[in-house]
Amino acid sequence: MRRPLASLFVNLALALTALLTLFPLAWMVCASLMAPGEASTYPPPMLPRSATLANYRLLFAEHGILRQVANSFVISLLATALSLLFNVSAGYAFAKLRFAGRERVFRLLLGALIIPAQVTMMPLFLMLKEMGLVNTYAGALVPWLASVLGIFMVRQYALTIPDELLEAARIDGAGELRIFTVVVLPLLKPIVVTLAVLTFLGSWNDFMWPLIVLTDHGVQTLPVALAVLSREHVQDLELMMAGAVITVLPVLLLFLALQRYYVQGMLMGSVKG
Amino acid sequence: MKPSRAGWLFVAPALMAIAVFFVVPVAAALLMSATDFDIYALADLRNVRFVGLGNYLQLLQTPLFWRALLNTLFFVVVGVPLSIGMSLGTALLLHSPLVRFRGFYRTALFAPVVTTLAAVAVVWVFLLHARYGLLNYGLSWLGLHPVDWLGDPHWAMPSIVLLSVWKNFGYNMIILLAGLQAIPGELYEAAQLDGAGPGALFRHVTVPALAPMLLMVSILTMAGHFQIFAEPYVMTQGGPAERTVTVLYLMYENGFKWWSLGSASAVAFVLFLFMLGFSLLQARLTRSAAFS
Repeated sequence: MRRPLASLFVNLALALTALLTLFPLAWMVCASLMAPGEASTYPPPMLPRSATLANYRLLFAEHGILRQVANSFVISLLATALSLLFNVSAGYAFAKLRFAGRERVFRLLLGALIIPAQVTMMPLFLMLKEMGLVNTYAGALVPWLASVLGIFMVRQYALTIPDELLEAARIDGAGELRIFTVVVLPLLKPIVVTLAVLTFLGSWNDFMWPLIVLTDHGVQTLPVALAVLSREHVQDLELMMAGAVITVLPVLLLFLALQRYYVQGMLMGSVKG
Repeated sequence: MKPSRAGWLFVAPALMAIAVFFVVPVAAALLMSATDFDIYALADLRNVRFVGLGNYLQLLQTPLFWRALLNTLFFVVVGVPLSIGMSLGTALLLHSPLVRFRGFYRTALFAPVVTTLAAVAVVWVFLLHARYGLLNYGLSWLGLHPVDWLGDPHWAMPSIVLLSVWKNFGYNMIILLAGLQAIPGELYEAAQLDGAGPGALFRHVTVPALAPMLLMVSILTMAGHFQIFAEPYVMTQGGPAERTVTVLYLMYENGFKWWSLGSASAVAFVLFLFMLGFSLLQARLTRSAAFS
């Protein structure tokens, strides 16, 4: 008699929590399909009277949001590529290649994690201004080049590669670069995908640095453009919801498709060992 | 090529990037925080003067700085326990063998974590709307009076806490769920043989086994909460009555609205010190609690 009751409680509690959690996202989609002004009535409607894509059309035709969509995609893709380029080889070397000072340098890198990145923003901005990189993609990409957490994740994964495999390749006369590209990279594939997903989502959702370094509307990413737009169009609820859907949908879909890799990376990034 | 030389060559690009775009800026920020770097210096570097601890002393005399510190601490002290409590509660529910559709619930509860903060903040501005917001509509069903969530100085920061819990609890939920699944079943069986009920099991088996993970999760969550910026920027612009001006919001305004980059750097270092202090304190408290 107790077990069905407990089962009912657990499942009901979860169903209710899931409902409340998904509600804001569901409402965002519904409101984006309403006619202008429809959501600002009392009682507030949940579903659109007749669904319309007018808000989306307005965003693309009048506000030229395609530009910001492209900016977001280009910056996130480049950030992902750069992050892989810098972090994967470094993570592998910290795990498997012996060199003088390796442990000390690695400890220093982990120590740097306690410094919040915002500390660097003022000098970084000045630096980029001198280099003429403010309001360019390059300016937005700079913080994504190499990341300690990325190096750490790849290192933890690379530690599982057996040394014998690398030694065998060396005895066969393969150079280190060849060993890395031919033997190691295929083995690192899962962590490479994980790092790619985390970096893409991270740079897509990033807000403060792009807000600082991308002040021209034409180079802004979606989150920044949406924040600016929402300050100007406080009353255009339905339009803002369409903008929010366009911003959130790509990352939500990417997450749903590659969920396994994302969660694995999360657990690695937090369970330090 | 010898492995030792290869090692350095493999890490060199990453180390150089971190040195140029992280280490050097951190050092430069420390230096800048000791100067009066402002909009005139931006035009001509010869206008920079060394002021020592001047920026820090100036901050201590600025009411808005104290306000920002207080607001941020409120967000941390109220938001972190709520968020982790919610994470732990949902992790325990998901861990129950009685759950059906576990995979679906895990994904559903985690979904807000991957959404874009700036975008969902805009969504919540409308959910929290005083007249047409669905939150107030829901409250009216329960017979409660409407609240001007983002317009009332007493409710603005709690509203942001609400959004933040909704957005973030799924993250720690997944981590704690992994921790729960790693607790050996024998521990529970042994305790049950000793006659422990569900409450005792939770207190004497689950909590101690999960403690190291809870400490780590709370330190990381705290660090994240100290860095609150996008919510006030998008939702309240620091208002009403400066009740949602946070430390980073102050840094942004000082640095990139008024171009007082020296003062902004000082604010950033104060934030760093607070984050460091709180992490150490948290680790210390947990350790002494474990020994007592």
